[in-house]
Amino acid sequence: MTELHPEVDGVEDGTESVVTVTGGDWDEAFAEGGFNDERIVVNMGPQHPSTHGVLRMVLTLEGETVVKTRVVIGYLHTGIEKNLEFRNWTQGVTFVTRMDYLSNFFNETAYCLGVEKLLGIEVPPRATTIRVLLMELERIASHLVWLATTGLELGAVSVMLYGWRERELILDIKELITGLRMNNAYIRPGGLALDMPPGAEEKIRAFLREMPVRLHEYENLLSGNPIWTRRTQGIGYLDASSAIAMGVTGPMLRSAGLAWDVRKTEPYCGYESYDFEIPTHDTCDVWGRYLVRLAEIRQSLRIVEQGVDRLAPGPVMVEDKKIAWPAQLALGPDGQGNSLDYIRKIMGTSMEALIHHFKLVTEGFRVPAGQVYVPVESPRGELGMHVVSDGGSRPYRVHVRDPSFVNLQAVPALTEGGLIADVIAAVSSVDPVMGGVDR
Amino acid sequence: MSETSGMPEVTSAPPQDATAYADDPHFAALVTAVQGALPDAVERVVVDRGELTLHLDRSALVDVARLLRDDLALHFELLSGVSGVDYPAVSDGRRLHAVYHLLSMTHRRRVRLEVAVTVEDAHVPSLVGVYPTADWHERETYDFFGIVFDGHPELARIQMPDDWEGHPQRKDYPLGGVPVQFKGATIPPPDERRSFA
Repeated sequence: MTELHPEVDGVEDGTESVVTVTGGDWDEAFAEGGFNDERIVVNMGPQHPSTHGVLRMVLTLEGETVVKTRVVIGYLHTGIEKNLEFRNWTQGVTFVTRMDYLSNFFNETAYCLGVEKLLGIEVPPRATTIRVLLMELERIASHLVWLATTGLELGAVSVMLYGWRERELILDIKELITGLRMNNAYIRPGGLALDMPPGAEEKIRAFLREMPVRLHEYENLLSGNPIWTRRTQGIGYLDASSAIAMGVTGPMLRSAGLAWDVRKTEPYCGYESYDFEIPTHDTCDVWGRYLVRLAEIRQSLRIVEQGVDRLAPGPVMVEDKKIAWPAQLALGPDGQGNSLDYIRKIMGTSMEALIHHFKLVTEGFRVPAGQVYVPVESPRGELGMHVVSDGGSRPYRVHVRDPSFVNLQAVPALTEGGLIADVIAAVSSVDPVMGGVDR
Repeated sequence: MSETSGMPEVTSAPPQDATAYADDPHFAALVTAVQGALPDAVERVVVDRGELTLHLDRSALVDVARLLRDDLALHFELLSGVSGVDYPAVSDGRRLHAVYHLLSMTHRRRVRLEVAVTVEDAHVPSLVGVYPTADWHERETYDFFGIVFDGHPELARIQMPDDWEGHPQRKDYPLGGVPVQFKGATIPPPDERRSFA
């Protein structure tokens, strides 16, 4: 049972010995004797209910105190960046939307902004407004999932139920508009796949009326709750300078008091014309991140409200027929599909439109050579797309700076020196989405 | 289709007039500051689509990064990320590029640093000492492109399994096909399939 572990100090010179335990009886495992300290190395994950997917942590414990944390990722790597290089620019949206699966519209928007910057085109205002609407709704949904999962992990199971319930309202809106609850591929280079259907505006307004009331309920439920405050206050400490050194952005940085938000500092999609604030807190801990995220939901509601008010009829795709897919898509019972009217037109009356359609869908459009880096503020921080084109009809290289990937690097700083029970709260406050981390 | 063979030479930027950055006072100030402190560091300056790229000699990378971080007039305190790009058709053989995106939160500006190396000598000094966040980014770039970041505290693979062979994001990495169960049917690798482009 005893084996060599070069990573444990003292094994090589014989002052320490190592026992590997994978289950069974504690007394039997230690029957060989010779153990006089309390150092235990615990493997947590990748299949663990509180690690938000397939995150693995190797924790070295002295008693209940964590002395060393190693974070292991890569269990959900699907090669999305490589796959993008073998599909045309429009098809790329279908891949990137699947990376961070709680921020689909952010992935799509960042990618499309990158492609549009390379192309040097400007999308119509209605498309931009709908992008903002969907991104902010998604931010609310993402923060609700964070609240739900964190609540569950810290023992507040009712919060979990409320969080998922409210998120469902947003997923219903997404389904109505894009045809799909997740992985929408709705935002395309040049605009949107199709316009919002009738009734979407009213559905969003109904949500805007309902959500503030419910948000108030969560605050009543959690903010004064002594268990919640004790499990979050002073836990997972990371101050602003450490956060910047670690590259940490998003609510984690704002909970350390720095009002850094790409929507304000480098506005895109017209964010400079919306009236909203960047919530911050100064406690640098899980509690601060909770308050910041709740406040961000309120700000997102404000932005959505302004967005709905300014929705004016107009095109949702650029005019350029060399870029805009000619296909008029329509929502069917199984999601987005070709509009039957349009198919009737190209099959029956317009051979040129059919040829053009075929060329653009199979070959795609060409993007002038060059490289750009486009950041957007996702629910987790700066989501950056480094998009390189060689002038062809497919991306030459797309690299994603996913905020979950970067923020996870801070987990050792958040957890080492704390109790093992607080590892759960600290990791949860990072809000990692492994689909984005591993891509 | 970006095939390696017969592909026109691709670099990360169109050739430019060396003084193109002079139009933007911030870009000009940055380039002047870097060239003043480290005269041999910058190989080429590119301004494209409003973004400034400094192509650096790898030996100067750490010094330039430290200068950009510590000079209060520049103050690039955040490294957004490290990205690799493989340009197999470049004429000088330095096909592997490590691309760094720096952000100055103080001045709200960004700059891109780019270092090119050959496959045979794919060594770039690590920036972990200047920007601790480079740790995972450099591991990822090593994993996918095989660029070795000298001085990195623990340059292990991060996404691919530890015993993986090769560096999958290189353009010449074989893609493989998927064996299928139907008689006589095969699925070719993506780069050998019918292409309309």
